[in-house]
Amino acid sequence: MTEWLERHIPKMVLAPSFIAILVFVYGFIAWTAWVSLTRSKLLPKYEIKGFIQYDRLFDSPRWDTAMGNLFIFGTLFIVTSMVLGLLLAILLDQKVRTEGVLRTIYLYPMALSMIVTGTAWKWIMNPGLGIENMVRGWGFENFSFDWVINPDRAIYAVVIAGVWQASGFVMALFLAGLRSVDGEIIKAAQVDGIPSYRIYSAIIIPSMAPIFLSAFIVLAHLAIKSFDLVIALTGGGPGYATDLPATYMYAMAFSRGDIGQAASSAMVMMAVVFAIIVPYLYSELRVKKHD
Amino acid sequence: MTDLVINPTQSRPWGKILLRALLFALLGLFALFYLMPLFVMVTTSLKSLEEIRTGSLIAFPREITFEAWRTAWSGACTGIQCEGLRPYFWNSVVLAIPAVLISTVVGALNGYVIAQWRFRGANLIFSLLLFGCFIPFQVVLLPMARMLGLMGLAGTIPGLIFVHVIYGIGFTTLFFRNYYVTIPQELVKAAKVDGAGFFRIFWSIFLPLSLPIIVVTVIWQFTQIWNDFLFGVSFSQAGTQPVTVALNNIVNSTTGVKEYNVDMAAAIIAALPTLLVYVVAGKYFIRGLTAGSVKG
Repeated sequence: MTEWLERHIPKMVLAPSFIAILVFVYGFIAWTAWVSLTRSKLLPKYEIKGFIQYDRLFDSPRWDTAMGNLFIFGTLFIVTSMVLGLLLAILLDQKVRTEGVLRTIYLYPMALSMIVTGTAWKWIMNPGLGIENMVRGWGFENFSFDWVINPDRAIYAVVIAGVWQASGFVMALFLAGLRSVDGEIIKAAQVDGIPSYRIYSAIIIPSMAPIFLSAFIVLAHLAIKSFDLVIALTGGGPGYATDLPATYMYAMAFSRGDIGQAASSAMVMMAVVFAIIVPYLYSELRVKKHD
Repeated sequence: MTDLVINPTQSRPWGKILLRALLFALLGLFALFYLMPLFVMVTTSLKSLEEIRTGSLIAFPREITFEAWRTAWSGACTGIQCEGLRPYFWNSVVLAIPAVLISTVVGALNGYVIAQWRFRGANLIFSLLLFGCFIPFQVVLLPMARMLGLMGLAGTIPGLIFVHVIYGIGFTTLFFRNYYVTIPQELVKAAKVDGAGFFRIFWSIFLPLSLPIIVVTVIWQFTQIWNDFLFGVSFSQAGTQPVTVALNNIVNSTTGVKEYNVDMAAAIIAALPTLLVYVVAGKYFIRGLTAGSVKG
């Protein structure tokens, strides 16, 4: 008996987590998928009616805006954070004596809640009293910076705050990558008299391809899940000018009482995430097998 | 990496010095960009409303007052209640401590099993767990709200603890698994020969080796849970809200005069615990971030 127990203890230890994940992740995804095919409104119904919720979703101008915003925000957020992060990493890599302090400064926003970040930037970009007012005070009377309340510009305000928060993290990833490049190759290149910028562009950066991929995955994931930042900075407004899929889903689920729409928008979000993550995980697992 | 910069003891042509100056100017400018919001938050929180209206965004306060801090902590209104952030701050504390502890312990045991007690199907379970880390939580929000209702935990702090533990297990397991997988399996085999059992081996061999990964996991989980907003806003009700939700309510409450100094003080209070962790244990914080993103 004790021997049987001893043999099966590892499985029994893992079992509760396994069951929990099965129910609360995969079971719940199945539930959401099912409900997205029904006419559920305030309460879930379980009679399948086909793809009407998805039809409604893709016909909805608000969802259109949300997906368009995700595209704008995602692209700008990822590209700017990557460029800024890489630039900072390369600058910090030049034997800077104060590197420790600077790294700490560049990275601290990552420790903050997006709600804090949103609150801070909302105040900084406040048209009446923030940057606009400050620059006008310097004598530029016509200066205007009203992005947070301008429907055509508000999504770019979200990008600014997002980049401020996440670029330091990309810097940390790239810096670790720069440090892991084989020193011998670089020495050899230097002996050959190859200029620094060529060493970076031809040797170091290409060898960091996996880190670019990791950074991209993390940033894309952050962008798709972005919810708190928009809520704190613009509340999705003005109107629904800065709605993202995440805020759309939340509005449908908890203030509009439209569970069918909430479920179908959540499923589309998951599809977008998986379209990015699955190839990545697949390639990761394949690489492991070759080792 | 080796130095790309010419050894400073060599002759210093003006071009090199200029380049060096440019480098530091750039680094300094970026440092200002990252520090500016924190600076503005702190100075704004110490100004009076009168000074905020008449002064400049980046000016130092002419007269320092802690009135806004007092209001933010114990008087600001979140909707109809006006008790400040204090009760919600404690909600977050009461919520984060058990959630962090439970998810870390579960993750350690899971990681130990997956890395050292391989059985058929263990890898599949690990893949399923890993996949669970990546789902957008929106996809479980609706059924979880119903489940919490069925369990009688809707709108309660234990309910929120439950949610954070469930969706934290994936990451904590990943952390410990990746750490334990580097420990040679011969260790377990030798201990088994000596008659030690599953828990004995964990307790006297693995746990003593685990301090670094425990620190990384605890910091990661604490930051995630303290900073969470989505679960907090979806599964709490008036009175059980975590600090991030209360902060958002204070900032966006539309009644009365907009008190920007109170908003900023409240934001700093909500950020202090994770900032403190970052300042004290930044090394481990970064390790968690990179471990969470670079798998393997």
